[in-house]
Amino acid sequence: MTPDQSLGQTSGQTPETTTEMTYGDAARLALAEEMRRDARVWALGEDVGRGGVFGQYAGLQAEFGAERIADSPISEAAIMGVAVGAAMAGTRPVAEMRISDFALCAVDELVNQAAKARFMLGGQVRVPLVVRQPMGIWPALAAQHSQSLEAWYTHVPGLVVVAPATPADNRGLLKSAIRSDDPVVYMEHKDLWKDTGPVPDGDDVLVPLGKARLARPGDDVTVVTWSGMVRTCVQAADDLAGQRVSAEVIDLRTLWPWDQDAVLASVEKTGRLLVAHEAVLASGFGAEVAATVSERLFGRLKAPVRRLGGPRMPIPYSPPLEAQARRTAADVARAVRGLMQ
Amino acid sequence: MEPHAGGAQRNLDVERLRRQYLDMARIRAFEEAAAAAVAEGTVLGLIHPYIGQEAIAVGVCANLTRDDLLLSTHRGHGHTLAKGASPAGMMCELLGRANGVCGGKGGSMHIADASVGMLGANGVVGANILIATGAAQAIKMQGQDRIVSCFFGDGAVNRGPFLEGLNWAAVFRLPVLFVCEDNAFSATTRTEAMTAGPGPAARAESLGVPAVAVDGNDVLAVDTAARDLVAAIRAGGGPRLLVARTYRLSGHVTIDPAAYRPDHEVQERWADDPIVRCADLLRQAGLDDGTLAGDLDAARDEIAAAYRFAKDSPWPDPREAFTDVQDAGGPVMEEA
Repeated sequence: MTPDQSLGQTSGQTPETTTEMTYGDAARLALAEEMRRDARVWALGEDVGRGGVFGQYAGLQAEFGAERIADSPISEAAIMGVAVGAAMAGTRPVAEMRISDFALCAVDELVNQAAKARFMLGGQVRVPLVVRQPMGIWPALAAQHSQSLEAWYTHVPGLVVVAPATPADNRGLLKSAIRSDDPVVYMEHKDLWKDTGPVPDGDDVLVPLGKARLARPGDDVTVVTWSGMVRTCVQAADDLAGQRVSAEVIDLRTLWPWDQDAVLASVEKTGRLLVAHEAVLASGFGAEVAATVSERLFGRLKAPVRRLGGPRMPIPYSPPLEAQARRTAADVARAVRGLMQ
Repeated sequence: MEPHAGGAQRNLDVERLRRQYLDMARIRAFEEAAAAAVAEGTVLGLIHPYIGQEAIAVGVCANLTRDDLLLSTHRGHGHTLAKGASPAGMMCELLGRANGVCGGKGGSMHIADASVGMLGANGVVGANILIATGAAQAIKMQGQDRIVSCFFGDGAVNRGPFLEGLNWAAVFRLPVLFVCEDNAFSATTRTEAMTAGPGPAARAESLGVPAVAVDGNDVLAVDTAARDLVAAIRAGGGPRLLVARTYRLSGHVTIDPAAYRPDHEVQERWADDPIVRCADLLRQAGLDDGTLAGDLDAARDEIAAAYRFAKDSPWPDPREAFTDVQDAGGPVMEEA
């Protein structure tokens, strides 16, 4: 894993040039490219015909029509359940849940049906669907529009869980998710839609599922993170560089399967690990990463593994209250300095 | 809701009715053999017998092609057989054997045979309604000439997917036949006591889904009603609901003695056994008792052979437990 591999192309053209675009536009481009490439791909969800809540479907209905960019009733269970049936019957649906909180209305369809159908039926069917569930704190939208529930889905056999942090990854990973024959829980972060970054040119540039990205190289400590916390951790690492602490930031990108090899190799090098996420700390996915590293590299650790995550409380509305739920670059830097003592 | 004319007013196709008689007998024999196997200890877990409801699966499936799809319930053996699955492959699945239709991974509650369009029983009441709706949407989107049938019980109409699925199917005008098998019980509670309003057909019609109610113990009536509904769906008319009134002659599961029902009620309903009623129709059409008894024997023999085959079949290789979980990030087997 090198910084150059951060663009992670695995097939098609080698990107020699890039285009600056937003995280939201990168996903829109990915879906449009996959729909042009494969007539079986379609999207369904509330308001997608008008572009979706965050504009991530803007213009797609004009190109692909109302059958393939299908507006739905406010029926999350049906959006998910219809996607399961449509996937079993030969199409490749992309189900939009609006936000991950609303996807909780469709947990039976995702966990009991999508994740298990292939297994329960002894491999007679596949369920190639993507369910997009934007996650994370949505400023001033409070407790039912702001959760980060990615760890729940990593616990469910059958599901792939993806949480992209950059425009390039949101394009390349969404394309890989659509081409996957597994049901993929695809969690974009609500605070990243307007972030811009370079996206490799060429319409066949994929980012592989299950491969981490080296967001920032370093030598003293490994910081493992994903989604909206990646930029926070990179900011912290930049700040720490001025204090002669060299932090390596790894963006997992995919939470299941997660790139154990990349994490273990980095911690073997640095001897120190911080896992940082926006989700509630208790039973967060950081616990899985921390436990794995502790089991595998106990003798090589220079300090106990450390986790940083949200407090175990619903996300509040008022700004000074909401701020208590956020983990900042200063929090990350403090935790890293703690590891260095 | 239109009351549907029974088959008596139509010209009777005796050969068709006799095939349906045999198909019902096969389902009855399968369920009796499965219940005996539970008692014997060769079938593990719970099975939900379809005894008494055979006319519905058979009458509906008589109007489906092999390419049509079917989504079923926890009480799904009858639907699976009626759609054309092999009893041997099904019995192997119930016994958890390697050559079961699902390789022993699903058992009774997840029985399926995709080769005949049967895409699965389901352990969650009502969940199949949305899956069926989605399959119908895929069919429409791909311009295919087939339909989906979706069976569920009277209890399912009190779950959200009934509302969400029927609304969706109507909005998108999808080719799906919903079949509500009203067997009077939601597990061990009378559905009537737990259901407000005039019932499934009225609920469907309030969503613009035309509904027809029939005597679900009259295979001819089911067949006739299903034929008309399926024709309307194939013609692009959108979803339809068939409400088939019946009675669950067994308990919720084989180990449920169903003591919550008075004996006289159960005795009365056994007198309405759909297989006996079908035999009466065939007798009136000129078939003799020996022929009818012969069909029952043939059904029992076929199922008995399937059971023997299953008992002699090998267990799955334990390593199969780790297959078909997922492509990316599936379980890694611990090497011994």
